[in-house]
Amino acid sequence: MGSPAPRPPQLSEADQKRRRARSVAIALALGFMVLLFYVVTIAKLGPQVLNRPL
Amino acid sequence: MTSATDTISAQAGPAFDAGAAVSNGEVRDFVALLKPRVMSLVIFTALVGMLVSHAAANPVIAAASLLMIAVGAGASGCLNMWWDADIDAVMSRTRTRPIPAGRITPDEALSFGTALSVGSVLALGLIANWLAAALLAFTIAFYVVVYSMGLKRWTDQNIVIGGLAGALPPVVADAAVSGSVGLPSLVLCALIFLWTPPHFWALALVKSGDYAKAGIPMMPNVRGPDATRTQILAYTLVLVPFGLLPVWLGFGGLVYAAVSALSGLGMIALAAQVYRVRTGDQAARAAMQLFGFSVLYLFLLFAALLAEHGLGLFRPVPGLA
Repeated sequence: MGSPAPRPPQLSEADQKRRRARSVAIALALGFMVLLFYVVTIAKLGPQVLNRPL
Repeated sequence: MTSATDTISAQAGPAFDAGAAVSNGEVRDFVALLKPRVMSLVIFTALVGMLVSHAAANPVIAAASLLMIAVGAGASGCLNMWWDADIDAVMSRTRTRPIPAGRITPDEALSFGTALSVGSVLALGLIANWLAAALLAFTIAFYVVVYSMGLKRWTDQNIVIGGLAGALPPVVADAAVSGSVGLPSLVLCALIFLWTPPHFWALALVKSGDYAKAGIPMMPNVRGPDATRTQILAYTLVLVPFGLLPVWLGFGGLVYAAVSALSGLGMIALAAQVYRVRTGDQAARAAMQLFGFSVLYLFLLFAALLAEHGLGLFRPVPGLA
């Protein structure tokens, strides 16, 4: 048998709070990037995107 | 093992076993790694670079490009802090930064800075064009590799040559909205480039002890304070007439001409004072006055161009239109 798997670190309450804040910040940044790329795509397509034969 | 090693405390990251390491950094520490004040200056100068190019750019594309340029600048600041953490730890001005203070590990800063560098360059290429992306990549690489890793600890011309990295944002912004690089943005780049030495050397005169402790060959430490004062005055005497060049080239109007001339006289007066007053508290005060006013000088020049090209206040100087 190999060495036992390392135990995950026990996080203090302050550590958990900091990790949650970092996770929220990353989520907000990713959400903003999605929105940014959507808006930029629409801007690059321009109004002519709607002008097509039906 | 004891519970003390299991519980992650607020110690510096490198002290922990790699397998158990969990970040101690707060969100504001990661924001501090991006040097927000430098980022705001980059946004300001890049915005003016966009306005003087007069390219017919979509405002959404322009705003998104500006954001990516700012993120790229922040990323290079982060990588600079990663590389210079040993220097930052011994200088009073920088020892509370996240890495020397132990709140962020060097590996975290390296990963964060690299991810943002690559991300901002790719995003700028997709949003605007690949010329702008290439210029942003060059700016980041120049600041991190040429300035931070090379020039800073090697030559007293470190901030002269390295100043190019801080001067390029208007050029990157011009390329982002116009797809090319025009003379106005190149003039703005040269203006920031010439402004950098008197600005930083004024600070270095006062903080020379700090720089000596960190082993950085700043001009006052290598050539001495007197030679630095001569260089400050010489650069200022070149900078101020150069600051009037936008007027002769036609993209600086009446407002810019007045602001540039008056604030330029202020720069010369303060540089002359630094040159003249060489001892005691008054010498340090004169240097800090020049340092503070140089920030205002650059801000005023760019604000005047912003007002003329962004708010429609441009009136050509009679005889030069």
